[in-house]
Amino acid sequence: MAATVHTRDGGSALGRSASRRSRGETPFRYASTGAGILLLAIMAAIAVFLVVEAIPALRANTGGFFTTQTWEPNATRPSFGIAALAFGTVFSALLALIMAVPVAVGVALFISHYAPRRLAGVLGYVVDLLAAVPSVVYGLWGITFLAPFMVGPSNFLHDHLGFIPLFGGDIVAGRSMLTASLVLAVMILPIIAAISREVFLQVPRAHEEAALALGATRWEVIRMAVLPYGRPGVISAAMLGLGRAMGETIAVALIFQATFDISFRILTPQGNSIAANIANRFGEATQTGRGALIASGLVLFVITLLVNMGARFIVARRKEFSGAAA
Amino acid sequence: MSQQIQVSGLDAYYGRHKAIEDISMTIEPNTITAFIGPSGCGKSTFLRTLNRMHEVIPGARVEGKVLLDGEDLYGPGVEPVSVRRMIGMVFQRPNPFPTMSIYENVAAGLRLNGRRSKSEVDGIVETSLKGANLWNEVKDRLGKPGAGLSGGQQQRLCIARAIAVRPEVLLMDEPCSALDPISTLAIEDLMAELKSQFTIIIVTHNMQQAARVSDRTAFFNLAGQGQPGRVIEMDETSRIFTNPSQKATEDYITGRFG
Amino acid sequence: MTTHTVQRVSTGRRLKDRLVQTLVYLAFAVAVIPLISVLWLVIKNGLARFDLDFLTHSMRGIGARDIGGGAYHAILGTLEQVLLASLISVPIGLLTAIYLVEYGRGGRLSRAISFFVDVMTGIPSVVAGLFVLAFWVLALGMPFSGFAGALALSILMMPTVVRSTEEMLLLVPGDLREASYALGVPKWRTIVKVVLPTALTGIVTGVMLAIARVAGETAPLMLTVFFTDSINSDPFNGPQMGLPLYVFDQARRPTDIAVDRAWTGALTLILIVMLLNLVARLIAWWRSPARGR
Repeated sequence: MAATVHTRDGGSALGRSASRRSRGETPFRYASTGAGILLLAIMAAIAVFLVVEAIPALRANTGGFFTTQTWEPNATRPSFGIAALAFGTVFSALLALIMAVPVAVGVALFISHYAPRRLAGVLGYVVDLLAAVPSVVYGLWGITFLAPFMVGPSNFLHDHLGFIPLFGGDIVAGRSMLTASLVLAVMILPIIAAISREVFLQVPRAHEEAALALGATRWEVIRMAVLPYGRPGVISAAMLGLGRAMGETIAVALIFQATFDISFRILTPQGNSIAANIANRFGEATQTGRGALIASGLVLFVITLLVNMGARFIVARRKEFSGAAA
Repeated sequence: MSQQIQVSGLDAYYGRHKAIEDISMTIEPNTITAFIGPSGCGKSTFLRTLNRMHEVIPGARVEGKVLLDGEDLYGPGVEPVSVRRMIGMVFQRPNPFPTMSIYENVAAGLRLNGRRSKSEVDGIVETSLKGANLWNEVKDRLGKPGAGLSGGQQQRLCIARAIAVRPEVLLMDEPCSALDPISTLAIEDLMAELKSQFTIIIVTHNMQQAARVSDRTAFFNLAGQGQPGRVIEMDETSRIFTNPSQKATEDYITGRFG
Repeated sequence: MTTHTVQRVSTGRRLKDRLVQTLVYLAFAVAVIPLISVLWLVIKNGLARFDLDFLTHSMRGIGARDIGGGAYHAILGTLEQVLLASLISVPIGLLTAIYLVEYGRGGRLSRAISFFVDVMTGIPSVVAGLFVLAFWVLALGMPFSGFAGALALSILMMPTVVRSTEEMLLLVPGDLREASYALGVPKWRTIVKVVLPTALTGIVTGVMLAIARVAGETAPLMLTVFFTDSINSDPFNGPQMGLPLYVFDQARRPTDIAVDRAWTGALTLILIVMLLNLVARLIAWWRSPARGR
């Protein structure tokens, strides 16, 4: 019967149901309110249970949780800390962001302003496909194809730009910070591109025509009307991408060499992140080990939360601004 | 310094739909020409063919000639970008760049054409804002966003932006339709002043406005239901409004249709 | 020589315009290269073992250097886990969206829920897994199981379902609701009989995309479903396998045979995910206004 009430022509069906009084109203309202409250409860539970399960491990820890650069929670005198892991998480994600954002903005502009209109939809879908590939597949691709492939370019960078600490170090390896960041960049690119494309398409026609009428070239139209309008959107897209990159687990778990150094050398065989460490150490973890991993996950949760809230804040402020201007 | 425009045999299309057909006219320098006619008869379309803004709509194209001082704007090797630099445009709804200040809005077009010294830009911004009768109202808040002005002020800001690049011709597409009567009056006064420096073409739905400001008036109408728009009659404004030669023109201006 | 009224655009501006155009085209090419590379390698390497044997056998009793073995247990596990996750998250997500749009509009509770749905969208999948580990396995003492994995996946699905449903409900014109109220139809029946059917295809599309997204998740499964090489069709008891987990597990093993299995697993996984995506988009397209339906 529900199927007959599609749109405007549902009058007769509605008439019939009207005769039955609203006995279902209260339960239905409670159910939907309850679902919303359940969602809040889940969020609260996530925070609470992560903390509760982390505390015993943190109590047993003989090292400083925020300063130690090792991960030995299974030892008789457990010692573990997230210093190196947190560094790796933030550093690899930022590197990925630096590589992904310019390309993503280019892709977004291509689809919104350069590609032939008929092709734009299809090309947009192709980029969305990138986002549909599961992360474990990127990990597999990264470790079997990209890592060996990157040895050549890495050596080139090391030989010619080795005087810069970033490209310095004694040994060059395919499974490096650079390779992991590249994989992350590929993974976050479609999200940043998709959001940027949306905001570029929302630029009012009137603003673009204003620039055109002044005798602006296509690039000048973009610089004058499109980029300034889209900037907050691009920034928040980038921050959402950053959050994704920091939380990404499997792809980097396969590529990172699971070291515990804090080093800016992106070509050497080192690198780790909170998420990768969880994936790599969970199998062997004892009770304290699991607690320690949960504690590190809590830190990851807080960091991504801050980044995501930052992104939302920018979007919200933008809404107010354009609302006032309209 | 402004120049004559000659249009001959101009057709404009949206995809396969022909919007206007066989338009020919001559517009003399330093005059105001008004286009009047019922909605959808192609006035705005024709206006936009004059600075090659028509073709920015996907699928839109133009056939025929538009000569500016003898040079065909649709000729080979003529870039739309340069055409628009010479023929400025003011739109129906004020459209200052929302992220720019008043100053930056006026200077927006200047920055496209080479580096200029700060003092030179300052000078042009001031002259343009004075030319648009806006200077006294905004001179103390040039750094404030242009979007914060009233509708009438925004439209004058857009006029200042358009004249800052010193175009030969100024096209105005129903510039007062979104404004209150006082702002409308201010813009009409402004047009009379700007006439000495620019050739002005204005599309308007307001016949009193056409009668008040223009030297010549062209009446556009559809050739028939589903047919493209044409120029029915073009003449001195006083003649069009007192003694038009076509029955359709008379019907329109006396309010019998449209 | 004629003098031109219309001056040409300066070379500098023209070059800059061209340069940017080239960069933009280049950016698109750069973005597509990894996609082609990934898909090509997955197809090329995956097809080698993509056979009936792979789809119908588990890894039980397959030694480190043995050829053969398959992903049946993993495919079965993934299907069960994703189904359970949908059964949990879709009703909750749907009802929450209904609350946000129809009942709680603008209220304090609705704003709080809306805010935390956004927060939830950003939860790293590994954290969702850790939560279920902490809550279900460690605190409640339940075993690792497919159901635990489904719990973790449903946490990831919920915000997506809420957001896409909310969007669709907001698209339903207010006139339609008012027309129904005017006939004396109570609110809840209006929602069930008028609003939901109108938004149905959009909601289904959103749910399918959410399923496609979680079907490829690995990290939460690892922490909740654990690993097994055997077939375990009971999602409520004992460790299961999932297809993404299978790919990860095989990719970590040191032999080429295992890596081949990983590729075939990846191919199977991509096929499932792409199929879900395709069906979702087909549904959206089928009912889109552009088609004149």
